[in-house]
Amino acid sequence: MKIKKNIPLIDQHDKNGFWGKFGGNFIPETLKKPVEDLTILFEKLRKDKKFIQERDHYFKNWLGSPTRFTKLENLTEHLGGAQIWTKVVSDLNGGAHKSLNATVHCLIAKRAGKKYIVGDTGAGYAGKMLSMAAKKFGLKCKIFMGAKDIKRQKPNCDAMRANDAEIVPVYTGSQTLVDAVSECMRYWVSNCDTTAMCVGSTVGPNIFVKICGWSTSQISKELLIQIKDEFGEIPKKLKLINCVGGGSSSFGFWNEFMHYDKKQVEFIGVEAGGPKNSKKHAAPLTYGSKIGVLHGAMQYVNQDMEGQIEETESISAGLDYPGVSPLHCFLKDTKRARYTAATDEEALNAYKIVTKFESLNPSLEPSHAFAEAIKIAPKLSKDTIVCVNSCGDALKDRDILKKRLGK
Amino acid sequence: MTISPINLAFKKTKKEERPALLTYTVAGDNTKKKSLEILNSISKYVDICELGLAHNTPIGDGGQIQTASYRAIKNGIKMKDIFQIVNKFKNSKNSKPVILMGYYNMIYRYGENKFLKKCKQVGVNGLIVVDLPWPDNKNFAKKCKKKSITFVQLLSPTTSKKRIKKIINDSHDMIYYISMLSTTGGKLKISPKKILENYNSIKKINSSKNIVIGFGITKKTISSLKKADGLVVGSEICKEISKSLKKSQNPVTNVARMVSLLKNKIS
Repeated sequence: MKIKKNIPLIDQHDKNGFWGKFGGNFIPETLKKPVEDLTILFEKLRKDKKFIQERDHYFKNWLGSPTRFTKLENLTEHLGGAQIWTKVVSDLNGGAHKSLNATVHCLIAKRAGKKYIVGDTGAGYAGKMLSMAAKKFGLKCKIFMGAKDIKRQKPNCDAMRANDAEIVPVYTGSQTLVDAVSECMRYWVSNCDTTAMCVGSTVGPNIFVKICGWSTSQISKELLIQIKDEFGEIPKKLKLINCVGGGSSSFGFWNEFMHYDKKQVEFIGVEAGGPKNSKKHAAPLTYGSKIGVLHGAMQYVNQDMEGQIEETESISAGLDYPGVSPLHCFLKDTKRARYTAATDEEALNAYKIVTKFESLNPSLEPSHAFAEAIKIAPKLSKDTIVCVNSCGDALKDRDILKKRLGK
Repeated sequence: MTISPINLAFKKTKKEERPALLTYTVAGDNTKKKSLEILNSISKYVDICELGLAHNTPIGDGGQIQTASYRAIKNGIKMKDIFQIVNKFKNSKNSKPVILMGYYNMIYRYGENKFLKKCKQVGVNGLIVVDLPWPDNKNFAKKCKKKSITFVQLLSPTTSKKRIKKIINDSHDMIYYISMLSTTGGKLKISPKKILENYNSIKKINSSKNIVIGFGITKKTISSLKKADGLVVGSEICKEISKSLKKSQNPVTNVARMVSLLKNKIS
């Protein structure tokens, strides 16, 4: 397995939809046709100048792209090593990168003549953004969300309801993201003739991985320009650190830098290690989970000997997922990216440090990435540029933060 | 070439001028022992038994089968137990052909070849893999054929005519037609007449294939679809098990009573 140059990674799959060993379309027969229709439409639209103009228009004028790229001076000084920078993707309308994918899915759904759109959500951001975009583009919206997540991410649920979306609580299994995605796919099986489905991350059948990756790549498109503006060139030592759950923000953060030598531009993905003393985690890449099928795609996934998907545990609802994007599995096996994990405690500690030194309020998901930056920065030279994707805002985490940190 | 037990079952029901009755129960629901007892008790009414491999992340199943699957998993059902259930059932006097139905990850994790070898050994006659659609299933279907195991292809109302032809071309002794856009156990949302219309247009392509209809088939709807080669009842049975357990009744006798009633409705 090797990454090809000059072809976007999302297009480097074979005719069956596999990136190396990963991806594919493990779906019920009923979904073959809607998936094929969506594939044809998307491939047409991405070459359609008018569609691209429309997308760029909404990204810029509605979502507020480009987002800031800024140096965290105080944190840099405190850590005393590499320069710490951040891309404040949470500046986007809605407070996270999920609005990019949601907007594109709604634009496609409109073109397909659909009146309804459904989606899954963990942290509630994918759901919030989809409800926001659905309202903007006049689509009726249903969001599937684990009952456990509904409790712990109340602010985002309030936002979804304010956007007139119906939240469908999912009570099966662990009542988190994995169950929400399953229930959403089941709903689509029954309603695919009238309804569009938005998968909230770079997971699911091949086409959903592609659409999401194509949408979030906006982040690295902006970053590439911003870095060149700031430094005049791509720095000799650049490290792009991002949290990884399903992997949509990290893939988007890295995509445009894919073909740089990894010695120059290193990708570091930080998965959710779960509570310090728990065996459960949401880090299939870090802890060597076996390959299996989850939600229509072959990937590294937490599972037992029998092929049952294992329950995960993480303080961060957005990372609390047993599998991971086939794109990241591919990046791991080709060694283009390096993956590690941060525990709940490390993420909370990172949140404390970042908010102490900077006027930045990263949610628990990017706090995992900051934990890694804080860990490695002191050991790195001053000409090393560490950039963390601050992909979500902590507003949604206020209840958890209050409970765990008293603030 | 010897004729497969699945094919034989259809030959018999055609002679009797009725559709084959196929039941679906989850292996190990609600326990390993009860699950085998259920099979034994319904065997005399049923033509082919489908047995589900319980999976905890099913993307094609509705509430009833999900509940049955979680129940079986919670009670510790493992692949080796499932094979034992099949083995014991197939060694019983009144056994019927057995089709295992499940999701690909469990087969992948077990190892395709090892799985098929084991299937052959215990007497599995057919396989349905919900999330391994054509053409991705071509290799696996070939492997099944080598072991004389029927790989059951699925067709749905969304399957295009062109695709239907290709799938039929690659199919074995039995094809499964999904009646409507739904997960298992959904309420029948189109008329039986419309379902049979779709069904007949598929039959016309190759009338020698045994095509069964599944999804949304209950006590109420089964007789209206009698013209099909076979009819699958699944969720209704799983629901009966749930109900029996809730009322602290014996699911074995209740399910047997229900299946005998289903049989009467199509005889």
